Amino acid sequence: MKELSLHILDIAENSISASSTQITIAVIEDIVNDRLRICITDNGIGMSAEMVQKIIDPFVTSRTTRKVGLGIPLLKAAAEICEGFLSIESQIGLGTKVTVEFKRSHIDRMPMGDLPETILQLVVSNPKINFIFIYSVNELEHVFDDHLIKQELIDLPLTEPSILSYIKQEIETGYFEIHPEFEY
Amino acid sequence: MPTINSLEDLKKIREEALRKREVKSASGQKQIIVGMGTCGIAAGARDTMKAILDKIQSEGLSGISVTQTGCIGLCEMEPIVQVQIGDGEKITYGKINSEKAAKIIQDHIIGGVVVKEYSITL
Repeated sequence: MKELSLHILDIAENSISASSTQITIAVIEDIVNDRLRICITDNGIGMSAEMVQKIIDPFVTSRTTRKVGLGIPLLKAAAEICEGFLSIESQIGLGTKVTVEFKRSHIDRMPMGDLPETILQLVVSNPKINFIFIYSVNELEHVFDDHLIKQELIDLPLTEPSILSYIKQEIETGYFEIHPEFEY
Repeated sequence: MPTINSLEDLKKIREEALRKREVKSASGQKQIIVGMGTCGIAAGARDTMKAILDKIQSEGLSGISVTQTGCIGLCEMEPIVQVQIGDGEKITYGKINSEKAAKIIQDHIIGGVVVKEYSITL
């Protein structure tokens, strides 16, 4: 995976598999301090400390079922190369929070890629999950919460053309309003 | 920050969507499922799904629900797309890139004809 937005999608998929009903994706671009932070928080089934360790280190895994992929360890390695880190906080029954941080201008830092498209896909293809997308650049912040959309349109596919356009616009407008002109 | 999710907007969209849907509801609900496990994402499932959503918008296709699923154990065949029309048989397609996805929408979803050369057996 060559884009951070694909990793975000991958981590959010883990949250979906963990029976979450609410997933918050926060992308924080702190240009002043040259940091890029991504936090994905869910209210899913959570994991034991032992399981968290297994996810972070793939070579410890006792892979009988293929529950644990390589997504997280690869992202962790990518963050550490870029003077950053990846951490997982989880509690059984309460949920999981994955935080990954990079030095924003680091030459090896993966590009963000198509973040609005990633959010759009998560929102429309998981009608029963409430997604909150927080995007901030320095002191500017844009929040997209699909709670009301999903409540109001509960009996309709979110992929009806008019609904799709509306959601896409809601996500993109706020994002591009504050998105910095240059990736690095 | 723009005001988002105004309730009035949503009610309008809801009515519009319902009005358009009624016309086509006779043909049965069309369902598309895209594999979005790590394997699917790494193989390009996001681009595949983007092609599907773009096609729905550009053609104004109503009555299609697009959802996703995790790894179904056929990682080597990802990106995987499944199509089901009404109560009909669920067809599974393998190695579906953007172009193939657009063809599946055109032939299978709009035309009702299974694209045999892309379909795989589970």
